[in-house]
This record gives sequence, C-alpha cells and structure tokens, in this order.
Amino acid sequence: MEAFKEFCAKAAPLDRANVDTDAIIPKQFLKSIRRSGFGPYLFDEWRYLDQGEPEMDCSQRPLNSDFVLNQDRYQNAQVLLARQNFGCGSSREHAPWALADYGFKTIIAPSYADIFFNNCFKNGILPIVLDEETVDQLFKACVENTGFEVTVLLSEQQLKFSHPLANGQTTLAFDVEPGRKHCLLEGLDDIGLTLQQADKIKQFEAKHREQAPWVFATIAK
Amino acid sequence: MSNETQSHSLQNSPQTNSPQTLYDKLWQQHLISEEDDGTALIYIDRQLLHEVTSPQAFEGLRLAQRQPHRVSANLAVPDHNVPTKDLELGITDPVSRLQVETLEANCRDFGITEFGLGDKRQGIVHVMGPEQGATLPGMTIVCGDSHTATHGAFGAMSFGIGTSEVEHVLATQCLRQKKMKNMLVRVDGHLNPGVTAKDLVLAIIADIGTAGGTGYAVEFAGEAIEALSMEGRMTVCNMAIEAGARVGVIGVDDKTLEYVKGRPLAPKGELWDQAVSAWRELVSDDGARFDKVVLLDATTIEPQVSWGTSPEMVIPVKQSVPDPQKESDSVKQQGMDRALEYMGLTAKQSLADIPLNKVFIGSCTNSRIEDLRVAADVVKGKQVASSIELAIVVPGSGLVKEQAEKEGLDKIFTDAGFEWRQPGCSMCLAMNADRLAPGDHCASTSNRNFEGRQGQGGRTHLVSPPMAAAAAIAGHFVDVREWLVAAEEVA
Repeated sequence: MEAFKEFCAKAAPLDRANVDTDAIIPKQFLKSIRRSGFGPYLFDEWRYLDQGEPEMDCSQRPLNSDFVLNQDRYQNAQVLLARQNFGCGSSREHAPWALADYGFKTIIAPSYADIFFNNCFKNGILPIVLDEETVDQLFKACVENTGFEVTVLLSEQQLKFSHPLANGQTTLAFDVEPGRKHCLLEGLDDIGLTLQQADKIKQFEAKHREQAPWVFATIAK
Repeated sequence: MSNETQSHSLQNSPQTNSPQTLYDKLWQQHLISEEDDGTALIYIDRQLLHEVTSPQAFEGLRLAQRQPHRVSANLAVPDHNVPTKDLELGITDPVSRLQVETLEANCRDFGITEFGLGDKRQGIVHVMGPEQGATLPGMTIVCGDSHTATHGAFGAMSFGIGTSEVEHVLATQCLRQKKMKNMLVRVDGHLNPGVTAKDLVLAIIADIGTAGGTGYAVEFAGEAIEALSMEGRMTVCNMAIEAGARVGVIGVDDKTLEYVKGRPLAPKGELWDQAVSAWRELVSDDGARFDKVVLLDATTIEPQVSWGTSPEMVIPVKQSVPDPQKESDSVKQQGMDRALEYMGLTAKQSLADIPLNKVFIGSCTNSRIEDLRVAADVVKGKQVASSIELAIVVPGSGLVKEQAEKEGLDKIFTDAGFEWRQPGCSMCLAMNADRLAPGDHCASTSNRNFEGRQGQGGRTHLVSPPMAAAAAIAGHFVDVREWLVAAEEVA
C-alpha cells in the first residue's frame, strides 16, 4: 500500500444517507478477479443512463448530467462528502477499490458502516468522521463555493478549507485511531505486522488445539 | 413497540469474575494479544471462501510468496455467480466462468477443500457451513461476505470481512480487530401463527434502524428467539448486518446441540461429550451487562413487507406506504422521497395495490428446508397468478434440494407454476442470469432492497417465505395469516 501523503484537492458532495456498497459498485463488476480498474464503474447506476457491464468502454456511455460527479465543477475531486451510514450493506472491498481507483483519498461523513470503514484503511483511503452539523456545514460550503478545496493533513489530524464554513472556521481537527493512522502514513501491510507475532500465534494455537480439538478437524474432499 | 435502556460498559474486564456476555466469552477465548489502543489480535477458527471476494486474496498470497497458515481451517464453495438452470451448458457467461474456475484453481493450488459445481454439498456458503458442521458453537468464523453473521445462531462469533482480511486470515489465521460493544435484543412472548423469523428480524431492523447496530455485537434472546428452530435463528442472525451489526449471536441450548450432532464435521464419541460441556457455557451469564438493550414484544409483530430501498423501510402488511411529509428529520425525509420515486410508489398507497410481477424464494436468509416447507404449504393445490411473469424457488444447497425433492416439494411448486432451480445466491444479488428488469416489482425472501440490488431498476419487496408464496398465488401482497385461518376452517 502507498503511504498516505498530505494533499489538497476539490471536494464533491454526495447528498444521500445510507449509500450502500451495491450503489458504490454494482454486482456485475464484482466478477473481475483483479483489484484494479473499478474506477470507471464507481456509482455506475447513478452516473450513467445505460446499463453498465464489465469491460465496457465508459467514455462512450451516456452520462446522467444530474449526478454530482458528472458536474464540471467537481471534476478531479479527491475528497468525498457523504451522509450518515456511508458504505452500508455488502462487505465487498471492490467499493473502496472503486473509490480509490476513481481518485478519492478521503471521505468525510457523520458515520460509516463498520466493514466498509475497515476496508477503506486497507486501501489507503482515510474515512473521517465529523459530527452531523459540521458535515452539513461542509456540504453548504462545498455547494456554495465553486472550487471548494480541502487540505488533508493526516499527521497533524487536521483539515484546512479554501473557503470558510458558515461558522467562520477554516480548519478543523479530526480523530483517527493511532494504529490505523500509523499504517496509513507508513503504507504498512497488516499481514507483515501480524507475522511479527508469529510465536504468540503458534503458542495460542497449541493451547487452543488442546482445549478445543474439534475446531481442528480436517475437512474431507 | 420497543424501549431502550443505556447502561455502562463493562470496560472489557475478562480477568475478573464479573458476569460476561456470550460475545465477551467468545472474544476472550480467541484473544491472542491486545495493544494499548484496544487493537487486538484474535484467532480465527474457520474461514469460508467463495468465488467473488477471494481471487484477489489468493493473488496477494502468491505475490508475497506466502502459504495458508492452516489449510484445513478453510472451506470453499462457489455460490454468487453460479447459474441456477441449464447446468449442463456450464457457465455461459465467460467472466463468471473465469471467476468460478479461478476459485477452483486456487483451491487446488493451495490444497483447500472446495465443494464445486455438481457436488451436492455445493450451495450458498451460509447454508453449506452449518449443514456440514463446519460451523460449530464457540468458533470464530469469517467469510468475505457480510451475511456471515448467520453462523452466530450457533453461539459462534462470526462476521463478514473484506478481501484484504480474507488474505490476512489465509496467511496468519488471525485478524486485527477492536472489540465491539454489546447490545441485547430481547424479544418476549411468542410469535403468532403465520409470523416467521423473517418478520421478526425485519421488525427489529425497522425498530433500531439500518445503522442502529453499527459498532455492536448483537445478542438475540428472549422467549421468541428460544422458540425458533435453528433455521429460524439463522434467518435472524443473517440479517444482523441489515441493522448495521457485523456480529449477531444466540446462546447455545438443546436445539443447537441437536442440530449440530451427527454433521460431517461435528465431533463424535468422547470428543462430542467434551465439546458439549464446553458449548453449554456459551450463553450470557446472569447479570451480564450490555451497553444497549432493546426490548420487543413478539405478540405485536405482524407479517412485514418492505416498501422502500433500505431494509429499515419496512411496515406490517396491513399498513399503507408511509408519508414522507410526516417525517421530521430532513435527511430521512429526502431518503423516503427518493425511495418512493425509485420504487414507483406514492405515499399512503395500500401494499395490496403494488403491481407485483416477479417472486423469488431463496437466498442465505430463506432457502433452507423449513422455508421451502412453509412456502409449499401455502402454494399446495393453487396456481401462480397470471400477472406474475416469473416465480422461482432456489434451494440453498444441493442437500436442501435433495431433501425437498424427497418430500415432493418441488412437485408442489412446479405444479403451481413456480420454476424449481439449482442452488446458489441467484436473484438475491443478481450476479448470475437471474435478475429483475427495470420497473419489475418482486416479492423476495432475500435480505436487501437496495436500488438495483436484484437488477438495475428492479424494485424489491422483502418478505417471509409464506408471504412471498401467498403473493405469488394472489398476484399481490396479502396477509398470509388470513389464508391460514381460512385453511383451518376448511379442515
């Protein structure tokens, strides 16, 4: 995973609550056995007017001009503003793969579904939680100011805005778990970290095998 | 209908003798180490694999030149993409075929057992696991699928994970996790005839909301849960994620043990007795404290029908479609307006007026033998309404299919005009050819009514198996309880 670096980019407001991972990347694209190439199909059913199929050339497809990501002012956005319970539903990691492949590096929302939230960190995306009122102010600032940009400083846990929010704020602090922050900043692979505890795992496993041997039954082919 | 109470958390004090919840016990029994910020390493007993969320995990293993830590902990089955008819043609969609073949090749290369197409043990991963005894009480079970909470019905800690974590479990047999908070959903009293486990869980979701369980492991308890069969309990735990909870659990009792006994992977002889004495402990202790408690009265629950595009948008069959104007929360109101538009419905419309044209009985929520039996009871001797263009029954596994055929259920369905299909996930997520067309209204026993879930532009109405069966016959939603009363009077 690439290390998460400070960046400044446009934000795009996706004004819907309970956006599910089926909407983020519809099922037909899950047939791919690769990890990349999902960006063109991000929000496929909302973004295009026709029915999307895997390996379609999206440059030729009719766009839904009402959809926020199709508006000129939000092109090249790397920060996604979202509403509560973003990423609910299916555990598909194709959802953060599609968001990252499209170019999103940070999501800001009042809340996320657990599995999606976790999957983001595994793919270099920073999902930031801010209270509902603040997110609301961000939506307003983003819609009212064309070219509204957000600077994301993960090491300082701070956001800077190109235009002030309604309450006058131009910076905001955010929370992130220290372990997750460290992994994002260093671009660390979780498996490597866990394998540092290989001895502890072996010890646990030996004891567990003694206490619950039925767990270790072998499955007949 | 419910009331909620808040109490303080136990602050994770497993070393003391304070009463523990079932989830606390399962967590503690699998805890390897814990860091200062609460990130823990937990041991995973079983990983279930399917074709959609595993290929990139195996690719990751290969790239890093790693081997599975414990091969026999894994069990694989193709389900999401498999066709449910004309199996002799093989998988005609080349993209789907490649994915299923990739699972086969990965399992062969790494020595993992797979129940492939044509094996009668093949089926939906969450039906297959319990059927084989691959799901046992007290286990930690993961799968790259959000409906993994199903296995919690056995007093197991089971949850859905992403593909990076699938790879992590393959490589290490562990996961880095933070402990969740405890929620108790207690359902007192008994369900009325014609009201099923599906109606019960839909009513719970309507009550706590689609994000109400986020961050929690939810234990389902109370008289109504105890009275459910194991299959009913699986239906309830299956949909915990639809309330935002990754983990749903139910304590072990006689029914659990009876279901597990004799399964291919269940312990036998002396080992069985040893296991049983350990499994008997898998209940929440008296006085265990939950961070949140939700109480429901089973006797007030009616057959449910979803009207919108989120599982929380569900109402009793006798109610009419809600009016967004009456919702005070503006974000919610917007969501309701959008849902009505997508679903082609109007506020205050009667559910009976929804122009149904498809019916789907199946999915990891409702494709087990008892589901098929209750649906067949409703259908027997009747005909699918002419307005229903397609009504399909998709058994959860080859073994469920075999059992149903032994009982003649397939004949009841086909005589009535249903199609009897091969096992798989099918129209629950429409990755194979079974999908809705734009504008279709489908009475579905599946678990998600998201926009486009069953096919782009398709409109899903979540219901129980008897409600779906009755809707197929009537051609529109009916209160199946009235049919049961009528049937009794005739008898």
